[in-house]
Amino acid sequence: MTDAYPLQSERRVRVYARAVVGLVARDLRVLRRDFMPFLLRTVMNPIMFVFVFAYLLPKIGEGFHTGPSNTSFGTILVPGLVAVGMIFQGIAAVALPLVNEFGRTREIEDRLMAPVPIGMVAIEKIVFGSIQSLLAALVVFPVVYIIPATPVEVHVDHWPLLIAVLLLASLISGAFGLVIGTIFRPQRVPLIFSTIVIPITFLGCVYYPWALLAPMRWLQVFVLVNPVVYISEGLRAALTPEVPHMPPVAFLSAIVVVLSALTAAGMHFFLRRVTS
Amino acid sequence: MITDAAIRIDGLVKHYGGPSGIRAVDGIDLEVGQAEIFGLLGPNGAGKTTTIGVCTTRVFATAGRVLVHGVDVDADPALAKRFIGVVTQYNTLDRSCTVRENLYFHARYFGLPRAAARRRADALLERFRLSDRRDSMPDELSGGMAQRLQVARAISHGPAVLFLDEPTAGLDPQSRLALWSIVRDLRDEGTAVFLTTHNMLEAEELCGRVAIIDHGRILQCDTPEALRRSTGAETVIDLRVDGARVALADILRRLPHVASVAETADGLRLLASTRENMLQHVVEAARGHAIADISVREPTLETVFIELTGRALRD
Repeated sequence: MTDAYPLQSERRVRVYARAVVGLVARDLRVLRRDFMPFLLRTVMNPIMFVFVFAYLLPKIGEGFHTGPSNTSFGTILVPGLVAVGMIFQGIAAVALPLVNEFGRTREIEDRLMAPVPIGMVAIEKIVFGSIQSLLAALVVFPVVYIIPATPVEVHVDHWPLLIAVLLLASLISGAFGLVIGTIFRPQRVPLIFSTIVIPITFLGCVYYPWALLAPMRWLQVFVLVNPVVYISEGLRAALTPEVPHMPPVAFLSAIVVVLSALTAAGMHFFLRRVTS
Repeated sequence: MITDAAIRIDGLVKHYGGPSGIRAVDGIDLEVGQAEIFGLLGPNGAGKTTTIGVCTTRVFATAGRVLVHGVDVDADPALAKRFIGVVTQYNTLDRSCTVRENLYFHARYFGLPRAAARRRADALLERFRLSDRRDSMPDELSGGMAQRLQVARAISHGPAVLFLDEPTAGLDPQSRLALWSIVRDLRDEGTAVFLTTHNMLEAEELCGRVAIIDHGRILQCDTPEALRRSTGAETVIDLRVDGARVALADILRRLPHVASVAETADGLRLLASTRENMLQHVVEAARGHAIADISVREPTLETVFIELTGRALRD
């Protein structure tokens, strides 16, 4: 039983890596079992939204516009709805399960006793949230690309930018989920939707590019606290470069700052919840 | 001092809410040997769960030091956790995973490769008589089964020390006996077991040694037999008394072989150093007082606890 002594750092890294692989394997198993619910919660919002605003309304002659005159609303919506789909996974895949595991069932206990520093359990949550967030992007994209009645113009000029934005956005989604999951109590879950999901979606430059907020300067500045803005704008720059968007250096640095802040806050709250 | 103690606790103190806050644990020293079942017996709020919390790396000590299998739990919790198995007071089974997956993934967290983890899970299912429920979800299990599964999961990485926090609270008598038998088997295989309980029968029947804890302090620590002897009493007589008790208590105290007389909720409790004729003496002495009922029994750990604290365990 003393074979762990002395535990050299190299061996320790291996122990930690195996534990984290085990934690991810557990989460993947649960995701696989719940794949239909995952698909439904991921696609319903974008399907309904593009169906009504980019298919139905144009068909009945009520289409409206938020971009430059030569851009369809469907084109505006592609990056925005992918961004919402991604950030929502952080809440659905990380926050909601965590709220229950902390508050009701305490079933996270067993994972907390895995032979790793406890913060790595939180990191695993972020990583898994980001995996699910990337999956969501893959699922949402074809939906918002195919359904609109008016032409959708998507083309990637700069793949590294797209990949960087997707990776960072998925991590933000996981870290955001960790923060929400550690600060809300089970009985307050409905508030997550009304006080977090709805405002960050509607004020997330999802349905309009950030640049078009210029006439309302105060709002244009105010929405900068919303992480969804940077994901929408980042995807806009990568997928629909013709639509006005923030300069990459701006949204990339903002994304890095937001990601660091959310990760630090999530870790802090997590450790406070599970130790005393 | 036990060499190679499974658990060694030195001067453990835990305050919540600053120095003027709650002193949950107030200076505990303990040693638990390998292959020993050690019980921490005390009422709710005595500091049992906090002590387990520190030992299992989840509560940070205010002062003192805890070694589990020789590893300082504060200095290196990740390493210490490799030697620790825990069953908490609550059902913490993973509700999103089947019975078998609960065992399988636990083994994976501890680094077992997939095939080995599957074999370990199946062996544990067999041993804990859960094989026919392998694909059930935890919510479908009875209380006894869920607790067996929690113990199976806690030992699936072969810990040196198993911590059980109130392991049989809420179990039916049959499940309780089954769990005791599992715990004894684990001890026989060389696992140290550290359990908390407020059930004196559990402490007496199961534990090799028992520490009585109250208000965060250990009052006494010994084998159950030695603890019972420490009261100096051979027999305990409980009298249910209607009306005044003070005068009767004085009379009883003057009887030969009476070690002590204490007031209880509905009467008096007398400890005597002999069984011989005690009941007869007591009945004669109490003539004229309103005695509703008398019972005679051997001293238990409950008696010890009352002697030490003046309160019953369940108060």
